[in-house]
Amino acid sequence: MSDHESTYVPKTGIEKWLDSRLPIIRFGADYMSLPTPRNLNYWYTFGGILTLCLMVQIVTGIVLAMHYVPNTELAFASVERIMRDVNGGWLIRYVHANGASMFFIAVYLHMLRGLYYGSYKAPREIIWILGCVIFFLMIATAFLGYVLPWGQMSFWGAEVITNLIGAIPMIGEPVLIWLRGGPAIDNATLNRFFSLHYLLPFVIFGVVVLHLWALHTSGQNNPAGILIPKERTPKDTLPFHPYFTVKDGFAIILFLILFAVFVFYMPNALGHADNYIPANPLQTPAHIVPEWYMLPFYAILRAIPDKFGGVLAMFGAIGVLFILPWLDTSRVRSMRYRPTMKVFFLIFLVVGVGLGWCGAQLPDAQVVPGMPSFQLLDGQLNSYLWLTRLLTAYYFAFFFIIMPWVGLKETPLPVPHSISEPVLDGGIPEKKG
Amino acid sequence: MTIQNGTRSAVFKIVASAVAALSLVAMAAPATAAGGGAKHPRSGGFSFEGPFGTFDQAQLQRGYKVYREVCAACHGMQLMSFRNLGQPGGPFYDAHENWSPAENPYVRALAAEVQVPDIDTETGEPITRPATPADHFPSPYPNATAAAAANGGAAPPDLSVMAKARHDGANYIYSLLSGYVPAPQGLKMAPGQHYNPYMAGDLAPFWEGDEHHVPPGGFIAMPAPLSDGQVTYDDGSPQTVDQYAKDVAAFIAWASDPHAVERKRTGFGVLIFLLLFAGLTYASYRRIWKGIAH
Repeated sequence: MSDHESTYVPKTGIEKWLDSRLPIIRFGADYMSLPTPRNLNYWYTFGGILTLCLMVQIVTGIVLAMHYVPNTELAFASVERIMRDVNGGWLIRYVHANGASMFFIAVYLHMLRGLYYGSYKAPREIIWILGCVIFFLMIATAFLGYVLPWGQMSFWGAEVITNLIGAIPMIGEPVLIWLRGGPAIDNATLNRFFSLHYLLPFVIFGVVVLHLWALHTSGQNNPAGILIPKERTPKDTLPFHPYFTVKDGFAIILFLILFAVFVFYMPNALGHADNYIPANPLQTPAHIVPEWYMLPFYAILRAIPDKFGGVLAMFGAIGVLFILPWLDTSRVRSMRYRPTMKVFFLIFLVVGVGLGWCGAQLPDAQVVPGMPSFQLLDGQLNSYLWLTRLLTAYYFAFFFIIMPWVGLKETPLPVPHSISEPVLDGGIPEKKG
Repeated sequence: MTIQNGTRSAVFKIVASAVAALSLVAMAAPATAAGGGAKHPRSGGFSFEGPFGTFDQAQLQRGYKVYREVCAACHGMQLMSFRNLGQPGGPFYDAHENWSPAENPYVRALAAEVQVPDIDTETGEPITRPATPADHFPSPYPNATAAAAANGGAAPPDLSVMAKARHDGANYIYSLLSGYVPAPQGLKMAPGQHYNPYMAGDLAPFWEGDEHHVPPGGFIAMPAPLSDGQVTYDDGSPQTVDQYAKDVAAFIAWASDPHAVERKRTGFGVLIFLLLFAGLTYASYRRIWKGIAH
């Protein structure tokens, strides 16, 4: 849709001069007048919210980096110094720490929206894949950032995650040493993690630009999941501004209210108390858990008895998203018209939250306390280990079995011919005064 | 009719989004749960709890006294400087006089009561001198190894951020300090260990009684540190273990997050602003979309 007619007319001499050399004002004006499907609902506001999240993280992160000291002896105290002695430092650091959680809340809802409305299907495969790249980079950035305060969970989280690399046969051990900068996690590790944590957000920014470029080339999806033919554009779309700037703006403010409640009233609720204990390589915490947004993948990692198998499953759980456009065989995009798939999608939601829950529990703990069960292979049946395995099986079955199979077998509901058809109930004039 | 329906469904969608967001947040809850079979901390009834709670300055002053006279013998607070005691919101800040933390006479006097290590500027020889407001709280041991050696192998932890480093920090500290009870019959105790029902741990391997009634809590290397009448209060507050534990827990809670009150006050203004802004934006939204079918 980037080929829509440019309606920008430079008025002043300076604008004309600039427009023939660097048409940057035209670029912005065209962006604002972009024809946007008129039926977008609030689930479509998370793109704007995520842009804001990235900006907030970059701005607060740059300020934090001015005061942070990437040294194992000083890192913990330097973060606390930011909270105590830097003017407004407590605000900047709590915004950055909670901002990571907010970023992940928004990205999960954004991805689930794409999954539900079939936003990954042709011609939007590249948008989806770039989104998966951003998600993967976000996980990496968040992990690196969580190590920087050099608390107990920072250190032991880094220990667990880097050890995964060591599970790769043959090359694992040398790669592990290369990544850590030595045989153990130490100052060299912290220094390179800081460097990469500063780098990756700008890489994310670059991929976001590509993500938006691809979006504006193939056009936005919409809850009806139908392509907008050129001749219908004026009827089915509205200019991005003011209709969607105000809608996104309202959603962003609601999101900021949630954000503010966490930052100002429960700034440490989403973190682990152990990360306020300085890192101690000689004392393993009783229970090493990652941040909440990694828990589903952590659960999948632990579900597999073999360490390398667990690593493959964990990366596979993210990797499968990249090939999603080719796993879905349905000709209908939106699950609004796919009643069978909708049920499997809802189960998938429950499974995702369930995996997150399992990731925070001890694998041997009983799911139903006190209920007798029996030993099945390497664990009691009534344990989080087996619940996690059940949920993991559904996670992969959803993509590899349910998606291809339901797409071929189901009978979808009739799909409207245009966006304005369901909206306007056939032929009512679109302006109603 | 159409517009009304539209409003209702818009409201429904917003609520649905909010519920979805909160359910994702709820996944964080298990990550913060305290481990082990410790007893749930008792409430200290602290004035600083809740969105509008503020620190009780007299309690912070008493808490500092308990820390200085009892805890400081073994526990450092390396992130604290004496000047912090006189900063706005601190135990010895005086809003009327508005002294800077460095010139606050209470802070200067309290600092001068404590000796800190330094070097002689003429000779370079190690000396000790009375502290100034700019000095950090001195640590009771020269290094972590010395601290561990003097305490049967377990170095007393630094208390600077202790209230943030434990789940339900202030109530936990209060409960732990005032919660020492004699070890139950049938618990195998190693020398130098003490029983506390609020300490994290798993006592099953050391329990010789009924396996379904393993006592809560764990072993702690610190013996009960407080006793009635140990610290003299000059404001008439009860000189009991319970009161000492509450006061020192409040002091550590303040020291762990000295800007907590400022944070909550700022948040109140931010939320009022955001709610007004949301209302205005929603009004604009309704106006712009008036009569537009979608």
